[in-house]
Amino acid sequence: MSELFRIAIVGSGPSGLSAAAHAAARGISHVLLEKTDHLSDTIFRYQRGKHVMATPAQLVLRADCEFQAGKRETVLAQWNADAKAAGVNVRYNAEAKAISGAKGDFSVQLTSGEVVRAETIILAIGTQGNPNLMRCEGAELPHVQYSLDDPAAFVDEHIFVVGAGDAGIENALGLAADAAQGNTIYLLNRSADFSRPKEANVKNLFQARDNGRINVMTDTSPSKVEPGWITLETPQGSNRLRCDRIIARMGSAPPRKFVEAAGIAFTSESAEAFPRLSPTFEGATPGIYVIGALAGYPLIKHCMNQGYDVVEYISGATDLKPADEPILEAKLQGLPGRLSVSEWLEFLRSRVEILYGLSPLQMREFLLDSEVRAFRKGEVIFEKNATGSSLFGIAQGGVGVRIDPKDPSKMVPIGQGSIFGEVGLISGRRRGATIVATEDTVVVEIPRTAALKLMASVPEAREKVNRITTERQILQIFRAGLSPADLKEVIPAVEVMEVKPGKAIIKEGEAGDDIFIIRSGSMIVEKTVGGKEVFLSYVPAGSYVGEMAVIDGSLRTATVKATIRSTVLRLPGAPFRKLLDAKPELRARMLADMTSRRDINAFIETRKDEFGDVVDMYSSVAGFLVDQGIGDATDVLLIDETLCIGCDNCEKACADSHDGLSRLNREAGKTYAKLHVPTSCRHCENPYCMTDCPPNAIQRGPDGEVFISDACIGCGNCQRNCPYDVIRMDKVPPPKPKLWEWMLFGKGPGPGEPDKAWLKTQPKPAVEAPKVAIKCDMCTGRAGGPACVRACPTGAAIRVSPEEFLTVTLLERGSG
Amino acid sequence: MATLLCVTLTAAYFLIDVRPRHSGGTWMGYSLGALGAALIVWLALLGVRKRAVTAGHYSLKAWVSAHVYLGLSLTVIATLHTGFQFGMNVHTLAYVLMMLVIVSGLFGVWAYASLPNLLSANRGETTRRQMLDALATLDGQLHEAAQPLDRDMAAIVRLSLEKTDIAGGYWQRVFGLYGGCANDRAIERLARARQGARGPEAETLAQIDALLRKKAEALAFARRQVRITALLEGWTFVHVPMTFALLAALTAHIVSVFFYW
Ligand SMILES: Cc1cc2nc3c(=O)[nH]c(=O)nc-3n(C[C@H](O)[C@H](O)[C@H](O)COP(=O)(O)OP(=O)(O)OC[C@H]3O[C@@H](n4cnc5c(N)ncnc54)[C@H](O)[C@@H]3O)c2cc1C
Ligand code: HEM
Ligand code: HEM
Ligand code: SF4
Ligand code: SF4
Ligand code: SF4
Repeated sequence: MSELFRIAIVGSGPSGLSAAAHAAARGISHVLLEKTDHLSDTIFRYQRGKHVMATPAQLVLRADCEFQAGKRETVLAQWNADAKAAGVNVRYNAEAKAISGAKGDFSVQLTSGEVVRAETIILAIGTQGNPNLMRCEGAELPHVQYSLDDPAAFVDEHIFVVGAGDAGIENALGLAADAAQGNTIYLLNRSADFSRPKEANVKNLFQARDNGRINVMTDTSPSKVEPGWITLETPQGSNRLRCDRIIARMGSAPPRKFVEAAGIAFTSESAEAFPRLSPTFEGATPGIYVIGALAGYPLIKHCMNQGYDVVEYISGATDLKPADEPILEAKLQGLPGRLSVSEWLEFLRSRVEILYGLSPLQMREFLLDSEVRAFRKGEVIFEKNATGSSLFGIAQGGVGVRIDPKDPSKMVPIGQGSIFGEVGLISGRRRGATIVATEDTVVVEIPRTAALKLMASVPEAREKVNRITTERQILQIFRAGLSPADLKEVIPAVEVMEVKPGKAIIKEGEAGDDIFIIRSGSMIVEKTVGGKEVFLSYVPAGSYVGEMAVIDGSLRTATVKATIRSTVLRLPGAPFRKLLDAKPELRARMLADMTSRRDINAFIETRKDEFGDVVDMYSSVAGFLVDQGIGDATDVLLIDETLCIGCDNCEKACADSHDGLSRLNREAGKTYAKLHVPTSCRHCENPYCMTDCPPNAIQRGPDGEVFISDACIGCGNCQRNCPYDVIRMDKVPPPKPKLWEWMLFGKGPGPGEPDKAWLKTQPKPAVEAPKVAIKCDMCTGRAGGPACVRACPTGAAIRVSPEEFLTVTLLERGSG
Repeated sequence: MATLLCVTLTAAYFLIDVRPRHSGGTWMGYSLGALGAALIVWLALLGVRKRAVTAGHYSLKAWVSAHVYLGLSLTVIATLHTGFQFGMNVHTLAYVLMMLVIVSGLFGVWAYASLPNLLSANRGETTRRQMLDALATLDGQLHEAAQPLDRDMAAIVRLSLEKTDIAGGYWQRVFGLYGGCANDRAIERLARARQGARGPEAETLAQIDALLRKKAEALAFARRQVRITALLEGWTFVHVPMTFALLAALTAHIVSVFFYW
């Protein structure tokens, strides 16, 4: 029988390493199992010289390894030294394949066939997962590799890169970059097209192909690997080629299966779900603990603290105060009622409906992101049209929603336990109404990302938010004196639908009397006039369509389709018609809306006969803008190319007002009918860039702008996620001499982004500035508004919201 | 506003009878002159304003628009100020310089109104970077294609690679004077060289010829862009230096006037 360790730690990232170091420091028998032949593979694979950041700054580090912000190499060297000094018992090339047994005697099977036994297990394997493996004959040969650390390391080889995703293409380009290495590079794509990777990557790949640097083979997959040779299946048949090295980049599978097989349950089916854990990080199987990114804590400092804490818990500590205690204490200071942190956590959890399902550990993390606020009776919590996308839960007291701006006393009450502010959460748009505290009230304010995380990990919370949102949204859109009671019959019939881009929810000429409310995304309305699709209008989230058929029973007069992936609420016509009969105000209101829509239709019809070309133009310009992502946008920069003199003053002004780095690229981007959409942030309604930011640095600001805060750690996720390529990773240049010094004495590089030549002449700063994500912040906080627009001498540059622009103004532009 | 200013001043000029006669020396001349000088200084400040990113509410567009109208009103103001007395002196020099600035400004307005369309139509969605990249790529392909050639033949390719000037001097850019373009010469020389070639060499040369012609197209494209850009900024080479000359002459004028009082 092999040795029985007290603790086996799987994965040597910051969390696992810190756990092992602490176990070693306390003299606990332990083993650290690492899949690769080095510590901390995730960080090992960062790009060379990357600046690793230590955020959040206010969090104290509690670990037996050092960690300070610095270069990747420094951090790794430090950890290697720490591990050695602490006497960590590490086993490299030890990939855990399965875990069996129970608390007191677990067995960890390794892929090598060996078994490691331990009383307790700490899973710290991160979220990177395992690369998908090649399955053909000979795939296990040593010259098949799944990562590429240094493209410059190979000379005179025939190298095959398998997989045409971004990773594969970037590897192939890296290998081909220096012709002097004399490598022959092949890139294999299983399918015929390149729809998944980024446009820029595909373009570079094709260029490299045209230059003869890379052989791109589509519809091709490997069927056999032999030393020195590879056999490929191509559309023309099998082909055996010389091959010295294979780099397989075919995506990776998340580690969830492995974790679940060990008996650890996840909170939900969704891909964003995390394992369900106790306050001491213990999973459903007693004796197995989960920490680090896998447990939902993606920052290195969190990971390291947990490594320390979990070892404390395993060795019996019960009163260990988590390292984030001081942060929470500071957060909760100054609130009424002298409660301790854990009392506060319990108070909120037991009183706010959507928090019922949370564990104390989740509560703790949740509160780190959120804010508890107290309001006196009569205080305004937020104003109508203010921007903000956080969700509020009422822990004590109650609030009122002002429904009539003229009469502040008219209010709809919301009581303790319920939530408000959910509309901003879902569509990221302005607040729809003013909220006032009707008694002394304590609320918890949850930022959008934290709320989305909550909904992803706690299904009960998601359902509650969805139900409340639907009801409120209907009430808000139709207003007209409706109360929740009126909707009793309607609500159960409502269906939430996901609509793919380009898909129609209403088709012209068809029968149907459902009403659709657009919850997120946006729609365009089109009509066939004279055999052509004519664009009628743009419908942003928070509006409804389909009312005409309900009111007059007519066939659909126009087609409504999604511009981007959207969520709509479908209200069946029958219960709604009953509601209309019962509520004449509602009918009057809808009639008014309908008339104005009819007017537009009629207007287009008349125009159509007068000058068909103009209407055509109008439709196609609208179509172009929608293709350019206007459907996502809340605010987009457009350039009228009939006015733009190409002076680049917009770029210069942007750079001069933002640390010397321009956040827009005037020339790049598409042009249609003299309307140019430069590369600049559209402040998307549902920002893709926000989806995966470890420090949660991307937020929506008070003017609706999406901005990146100082918390950015430069991981580049947002740059990859933004479909419009507007984020750049760069470091802030040193300050330039004053404008007058340049004007009078020619000092410095002049207005705009400093050029490379000038930067070279500047002394190197003592601490290298890290590369972080930068993008347009809509010039929030600058009196007068966007600098790019104000700096345009001819008025060619404008910033507009799509609702404003995709209207008849566009038609007038066409005819003018 | 500028029109109103002109009309009022012209009316005043004819209504008010000053003795001995209209000129810069009367009280009205002084006022007009001071007004004119103030305007000129303000107009010249556009150069600073354009480069300073301010936080105020006025957009540069508004500034430029006011600049154009008030600049034009100067013709009236200054002319009235002189009382139509011109001579060969520093005063008239200032006046002439001012008119030059204004005329060049008018040309600028014309350029801004008509050229952007051409600029946009020519470039489509290509950026300057991409134009240069395209040329660099072609150069790279030429370089590789020329590897098997002997010295003399390779020299033809080198001519195109090393001696081709994309933009050149200002006049060259405006009038498209690229007669002796190295790439064109390379094409010519290659045509002659190809006559005697056969076998694999002929093939290589044909390939190079195609590349050189592609490069010629890319060059023409880039140069058209450069030409329009040059036209768009060319007038400022008159407008701005003349502004400085004007400011100098004006100072001289004012100093001399007070000196000889
Ligand atoms: C590009 C990039 C930049 C980042 N920059 C920063 C930053 O600047 N600051 C910051 O705080 N955070 C940053 N992060 C986030 C941070 O790196 C991760 O959240 C952190 O590394 C997670 O630590 P972990 O210990 O949970 O897992 P990981 O660091 O992912 O470590 C897991 C380890 O387990 C091993 N392993 C996996 N499966 C097995 C198995 N079955 N058997 C044995 N071993 C296994 C792996 O090889 C790996 O060594 C960045 C992330 C990325 C992708
Ligand atoms: C502070 C501003 C100014 C003052 C105080 C001023 C003063 C005068 C005076 C006193 C005269 C009369 C000289 C004489 O009769 O011999 C004069 C004439 C004249 N001024 Fe000005 N002036 C001013 C601005 C300007 C400006 C802006 C211009 C045009 C650019 C201008 C152009 C002239 C001309 C062309 C004459 C006529 C010269 C002549 O009589 O031969 N002045 N000015
Ligand atoms: C005596 C009067 C004038 C003076 C001193 C003057 C001065 C200037 C200066 C200093 C600039 C800045 C140029 C730069 O920095 O690139 C400028 C720009 C300009 N001027 Fe004038 N100007 C005068 C009259 C006029 C008139 C009458 C017109 C038009 C009819 C005009 C049209 C312009 C235009 C279009 C610009 C370019 C603005 C830009 O691109 O930002 N100017 N002028
Ligand atoms: S960075 Fe990209 S994804 Fe994010 S808001 Fe801007 S345009 Fe949208
Ligand atoms: S802002 Fe972008 S680069 Fe910065 S941490 Fe967030 S996702 Fe990473
Ligand atoms: S709005 Fe401001 S930050 Fe955004 S591109 Fe314009 S100048 Fe730059």
